[in-house]
Order: sequence, then structure tokens, then C-alpha cells
Amino acid sequence: MTAPDIEDLLRELAPQVLGALVRRHGGFEDCEDAVQEAVLAATVQWPAEGVPDNPRGWLATVASRRLIDRVRSDRARREREAATAAEAAHTEVPDTDDTLVLLFLCCHPTLTAASRTALTLRAVGGLTTAEIARAFLVPEATMAARISRAKQRIKAAGSLFTLPDGADPAERLHVVLHVLYLIFNEGYTASSGSRLHRADLAHEAIRLTRMVHTQLPEDSEVTGLLALMLLTHARRDARTTASGDLVPLAEQDRTTWDPALIDEGTELVKAALAGPALGPYQLQAAIAATHADAPTAAETNWPQVHALYLILERIAPNPMVTLNRAIALAETEGPHAGLALLSTLDSDERMAGHHRLLAVRGHLLEKTGDLAGAHEHYRRAAKATAGIAEQRYLESRASRVRRPGPEAS
Amino acid sequence: MQFLISLHINPAVLDALTDEEKAAIGEGHGRFIQAIKQSGELITTQALVDPSQAAVVTVRNGQPAVTDGPFLEAKEHLGGFYLVDCEDKDRAIELAAQIPDAAIDGLGVEVRQVMFADGHLEA
Repeated sequence: MTAPDIEDLLRELAPQVLGALVRRHGGFEDCEDAVQEAVLAATVQWPAEGVPDNPRGWLATVASRRLIDRVRSDRARREREAATAAEAAHTEVPDTDDTLVLLFLCCHPTLTAASRTALTLRAVGGLTTAEIARAFLVPEATMAARISRAKQRIKAAGSLFTLPDGADPAERLHVVLHVLYLIFNEGYTASSGSRLHRADLAHEAIRLTRMVHTQLPEDSEVTGLLALMLLTHARRDARTTASGDLVPLAEQDRTTWDPALIDEGTELVKAALAGPALGPYQLQAAIAATHADAPTAAETNWPQVHALYLILERIAPNPMVTLNRAIALAETEGPHAGLALLSTLDSDERMAGHHRLLAVRGHLLEKTGDLAGAHEHYRRAAKATAGIAEQRYLESRASRVRRPGPEAS
Repeated sequence: MQFLISLHINPAVLDALTDEEKAAIGEGHGRFIQAIKQSGELITTQALVDPSQAAVVTVRNGQPAVTDGPFLEAKEHLGGFYLVDCEDKDRAIELAAQIPDAAIDGLGVEVRQVMFADGHLEA
């Protein structure tokens, strides 16, 4: 087994072993540390000595020993219990999959979004603190403190290791899906210098969402989110040039889109839309599938895109959705109709001075032939964005409309 | 999201503070550092020597020249910074408000989001 295979295996097993350990001993906080130590031990030992016959049992044994080391100070008692626990662990790692329970715990309502993503990647994703720190471009000590604080909060909240019951399972699942979506986006909006690690985050988000989909195949929003990720990920190579410049959807080389991911994503969209309830992830996935279905940008079914944004706007009103609908409306009814819709967003303080609103207005003004207005808005959008690739792109748009020449035609 | 919280100091304002007030600022920074370390929000913090110690470097026609600083002809100068990674801009502003300098007339605390980063953190 190669090192990457071992890594995949460890990431798959870590949440299972953690679930079993928490069920057996209680105390998520200590169990999580113990499993992390066992995983680190395995990454050193397995490549050198070979993967044990029962890797899950091995991890459970080592993690149990570490856990007991942590909680017992009496040496004789520690050894006796470690031996017992080791024996028990071999026989008692149940086949039940606690991944969902772990996910719900890591996405606990008392945590901030940043803490939820970090804890989810560590406890469910099986990533080390160092790997998570690298992916989010912070020092390992910063990430370790954040994870430790998150676990203390969960402990203080007195959470039980069960799926949430009562009124809020749907609400809690929504939080879990949002965390997975954030992890994906973090990887998708990769900025310069860190593309490699952050692309891994997109991959990790897809893997975790697949796990949830396996557990909840009937949930249309889980299916929708997985489809959205696959359809978006299918375009990853076309999104940027070799030098890291952004390529907008309309100008992407569609032959480089990943057909296998598009096929899988499209099938999932169909399955999700056949379900009883319509949700935001399904609709966004349906929009992505509509784009994926067009062999060229000119062949895009814009009336369908617009209709889907209209439904999305009704079930989940959000100025960003209205903004995207304005682009689709401009394609079906002309740029002036799009601009008229944009003007309804001017009074929304969430959007005031937002670079996306400025950029879209610049784009639609360019289509009307108002190049001076387009230039002005692209420049302001470039100043307002926090993304360096996006800034370069907007600046290039601005100079293109100011100096219309052979390269702009 | 990463933000730089920069501290703009005015040496004349700092000189005019009493010893007790200076000590209180030091303790306030100490408590702040401790709190954002524990919350997992601090990336790094650094304080700079007095602006009078600055050297201004220029290169003209390929020839470097060094003059005594500071570069800015202003009363306020960059005194130090906190680099934090936190939930959003609102949280960064909340953190900035906990820095003792923010409560003193003539000292400036400024919050700006980081756009690009490179260096050892990406190892």
C-alpha cells in the first residue's frame, strides 16, 4: 500500500474509530485527541512496517491506550486497563457508522463557522492539525488553539453523543451542509501561492459530502449539495490560466470540463429534483447542470437559468441570488432589463459597495455600449475585492473597455 | 479571513502619558494577546522600534541612498500590528476595540483585510 493509500485509509477509519471510542468511553474531547495521536502513530509506523491485518482494530487499540494514558494517573491501574481496553477494542469496534453523529457534534450550534470547519476536518475528515492549518494559511499553534477551544465549548454545552432529536434535526443538518459547502468554497476560491493545499479542501469536502449522501440517500438537499460540488469541481481546470488568471464561465474551454464529474453530477440533480422538496442546493446544482449541458456559452439555455434563479430567489431570498438572476435576465431580455433589476439592490446595505454588484453592473454597462461607465465600475470593483486573482481580472476588464483595440474585439 | 490590525502611534502622545497609564496599556496588550491566542485567532503580532530609528532607502539611477527616517512627514507612525484570522470583519472590529490604544485620543487602530499572503505559513 502506498503512502497516499494509507492516508486515504486512515481518513476513512478515523471517524469510525472515534465514534466507537466515544460510545465506549464517553468524553468527545479526550477521545478525539487520542484518535489523532493514534492516526499520527499510524502515519509513521504503517509505511515502514506495513499496514496491520485489522487496521481499524489497530487504531482503536492504540487510541484506547492513549485515552487511558490520559485519564488515569495510577501506573499499575493504567497498564491493567490498557491491556483490557486493547483486548476489548479488537473485538468491540462495532460496524455502526457514527460519521453523521460526529458531523452533527462538530457542527454544533454554539461554535463559530471557522471552528466548525476546523473541527469537522479533524474529527470527521481525519486531517491532522498541521494539514488543516496549512489549508487555511494559519500557524499550527493558531489552529490547535481553535480546535481545542471548540472542543471545550462542546463539552461545556453538555452535548450527548447522539443524533439531534426533537424539533431541530433539519436545522442541524442544514448547518452541517453549510459547513461542507464552506470547506468546498475555501478550496474552490484558491488564491495564489496556496492553490495546491486549498484544492485538497475541495476534494475533502466532496469526500465528506459523499459520506453524508451514503447515509442519507433520500435527502434531496444532501444530493443537491453533492451534485453542486461535482458540477463545480468539473470546471476546475478551465477556471484559471496556467499563470493563475481567472477565466469567466463564458470564455472557458469547455473541452477541459471533466465529463465524468458532469455525468455524475447531472444524474444526482435529476434524482434530487424528483424528490418531494425543493431546496437551495438542488436549485444551484440544477443551474450548474444547465451550464454544463451547453456545448458552447452561446448555446446556454438562459431562460431555464433565469427561471431557476427566480425559484431560488423565492425560496431563499438573498441579494446574491438577485444579482445572478440579473445576469441571466440580461441574456434573455437584454442588458437594460438586467440593469433595472440591479438597481433594486442599491438600497440593500449588504450590497452597498460590494465588488460583485459593481462588477456585474460594469459587465452589463459594457453590453449596452457605455464603455466609460463600464470602466468606472470595473475599477471600483477591483478596489473593493479582497481576492487578488479577482482583482487582476477586474483590472484587465477595466483596461479592455478603456482601450478598445484589436485584442478586445 | 485574515485581517491586519495596525496600530498607529504618536510618540508625543505616548510621551505625555503617566507611568501608570503606560503600564495599563502594556497590561491591556498582554491580556489581549492571551485572549486571542486561546481563541485561536492570533497569527502573529509585532511591535516596532521608535520611528526615529527608521532608515529610508531610495534607489535612483541604480544607486542606493539611505537617509534618516521616518518616511512619512506625519505625527503618527506605524508602531506595530496584530495579524489575526477570524470569522469576519465584524469580529475583527470587535477585536480591535479591545486594544487599549483604541481608547486613547491621538492613537489610531486600523483594520484591513489581507489580500495576499506568502511565506513560512504556507510551508
